[in-house]
Amino acid sequence: MPRDFTTGINWGREFKSSFAAALWMCLLTCPMVAFKINAAENTIDYRWNYLIYVAAGTFILSGVWRFMLARRDYIRQSKAEAEFEGPAPDAPRGPAKTWVDVVMSSKYRNQGIGVGLLVLASLPLWASPYTINILITALIYISLGLGLNIVVGVSGLLNLGYVAFYAIGAYTYALLNHYFGLGFWVCLPLGALASTLMGLMLGFPVLRLRGDYLAIVTLGFGEIVRLVLVNMGDITMGPRGISNISPPSLFGLDLNKVVKPVLLEWVPTMSPNLDLNKAFLFFIMMAVVIITIVVVFRLENSRLGRAWLAMREDEIACQAMGIDRTRAKLTAFALGATWAGLAGVVFAAQVTFINPTSFTFMQSVMILSIVVLGGMGSIPGVIIGALVLILLPEYLRAFSDYRMLIFGALMVLMMVFRPGGLIQSVRETYVYKPLEGGAGGEAKK
Amino acid sequence: MDYFRDLLISGLTKGSIYALIALGYTMVYGIIALINFAHGEIYMIGAFTALIASMVLSQLGMAGWGLLLAVGAVAVVYAAMYGWTVEKIAYKPLRQASRLAPLISAIGMSIFLQNYVQLVQTPNFLTFPDLIPEISFLEPISHIVNKTQLAIWIITALIMVVLTCLIKFTRMGMAMRAVAQDKDMARLTGVNIDRVISTTFVMGSSLAAVGGLLIGCYMQQIDFYIGFLAGMKAFTAAVLGGIGSIPGAVLGALVLGFAESFAAGYLSSDYEDVVAFVLLIVILIVRPGGLLGSSQTQKV
Repeated sequence: MPRDFTTGINWGREFKSSFAAALWMCLLTCPMVAFKINAAENTIDYRWNYLIYVAAGTFILSGVWRFMLARRDYIRQSKAEAEFEGPAPDAPRGPAKTWVDVVMSSKYRNQGIGVGLLVLASLPLWASPYTINILITALIYISLGLGLNIVVGVSGLLNLGYVAFYAIGAYTYALLNHYFGLGFWVCLPLGALASTLMGLMLGFPVLRLRGDYLAIVTLGFGEIVRLVLVNMGDITMGPRGISNISPPSLFGLDLNKVVKPVLLEWVPTMSPNLDLNKAFLFFIMMAVVIITIVVVFRLENSRLGRAWLAMREDEIACQAMGIDRTRAKLTAFALGATWAGLAGVVFAAQVTFINPTSFTFMQSVMILSIVVLGGMGSIPGVIIGALVLILLPEYLRAFSDYRMLIFGALMVLMMVFRPGGLIQSVRETYVYKPLEGGAGGEAKK
Repeated sequence: MDYFRDLLISGLTKGSIYALIALGYTMVYGIIALINFAHGEIYMIGAFTALIASMVLSQLGMAGWGLLLAVGAVAVVYAAMYGWTVEKIAYKPLRQASRLAPLISAIGMSIFLQNYVQLVQTPNFLTFPDLIPEISFLEPISHIVNKTQLAIWIITALIMVVLTCLIKFTRMGMAMRAVAQDKDMARLTGVNIDRVISTTFVMGSSLAAVGGLLIGCYMQQIDFYIGFLAGMKAFTAAVLGGIGSIPGAVLGALVLGFAESFAAGYLSSDYEDVVAFVLLIVILIVRPGGLLGSSQTQKV
């Protein structure tokens, strides 16, 4: 075992390092923080007191930072050494179980999921319209995250223009609804189809590109789609956007007129302000997310899913094993796009007004942070990531200014300290178990 | 013909600025194979620092060429410091990590810096003062080329020459080329890799700061978001010319500047920004190695 990183801390040296970092940060942020430009009077406001906060913050954070780095390296090193020495004879084999595994393998798993779904499904009967609206958004982001997870997490293709497919889904519905009066249910598959086709269209030319080039081309693609939406004012109304998009219909039934009075009479806890179309959308979105989870889960362990994983780990080796790389890449792109398209249609129906500002690069980053924060390649991780990133800012309105700042910092910190995300995806691994009198092995999860 | 000439001049000016930023991308990519997404933000910080410095220094009574030089020095030093710090925080702990990790960390850093400037300064556009003094011999042709454009060309050309000399003839330049070729081998011959990487970031950031200062003088307004688009386009320019190659970055930047300028002039100014991205996608499909890059076969 490597020497414990906590023994023999040289406090004097640590203090000096922190002090130096604090001084450096003061110097670094001095012009930006201490000299605020007053644009109205064309003068400078001096804010020297801010530098004290910067110094104090850096002093503490720098210590924490070095402690965490040392801890990270210590853990990695002891893991590497343990691997080198082989497992202890009585040690449990396979990767350590996370709490998700414990929950998912519990005896009451199915009952638990059932109760959870029932509670979710009953929400429109007692929650506020505001909550329902936020939850629809959260569900949309869960399905976006799961879709991007196929592309980034499972297949390892960094797509920074994912929001373009979301925009295509939303605009497909909005335009068809605006010009031809087509309804939600017709447009839901059409939007998904349009996105899929665009995914294929983008997929073909970028097949040959390696990771970073791919990232930049998809980023460019996202910007192209947005700029086209802004500039094709004759069709898309440009920056003004399209309004009055109709909500989904249920066999032509006017939910708010027919069903709502009956429900209000029977369920006293229901909010009278609730728009039942929103509640209906909530159920649709729940169904979409459940279908997504099932499909993604099944895909991951399928032939195709394994091909994606192999492609993520090593493209050349995977080709050498006879995997059709072209097919694997294209399907990953197209399938990821499909979910963005579906989510886009629902988004258009939810907000009933869309314009290109909803589909900026920052949205792509938001979806990417969901995948990264949650854990690349892990389904429960992505769900939790989406819930954290969507629900927390809604309930912490006071910090809304700092939201993107915190996002940026979180992305860096996650990559440095926990690159696997909140819930790391656990893959089937093959653990070698020597048998008495001969070689042998056993597959274990 | 006048119209064509004006487009040519504005294309050359834009191309020069892109070249200054693209060099930072291409140098960093050449050495650690990382797209430094935060580079555009360093350029933006350079512009902001220049603006703040110019306000403070002109209050102290400086003016003319002295002011321009002092502002430039402050902007370059601060941008270099930011570049150095960003590398230490966001990239250095990730040397051993997988391919995606530093890239995502770079995006995070870029978002962080953008929002940092937005929060501590302002989300609105700020007016940038005209720092470049009158150049008297330009009077007769000032309706064709203004002093800012001329200053941009001259400064960019000078920097290119200095940079090329630095990389060709100094010890650090040789170490950089060695690290770009083979990191492990360079380490074996005694090159301090960490120092080379830090120096690369410092140099790239300084160039970006000069770009930021010049674009401020040229456009006369800046905001916290200018780094994103400029960074994207400069990266496009670097890829266009063949990433990792220094003359390639300059060539790519000029091609991009002209393409944008002519597209805006003859097609439609709405699609000016689309041109860069379309050009990027086309060049990567047709010639993935870029104009001056060699397409290398991957060894296993």
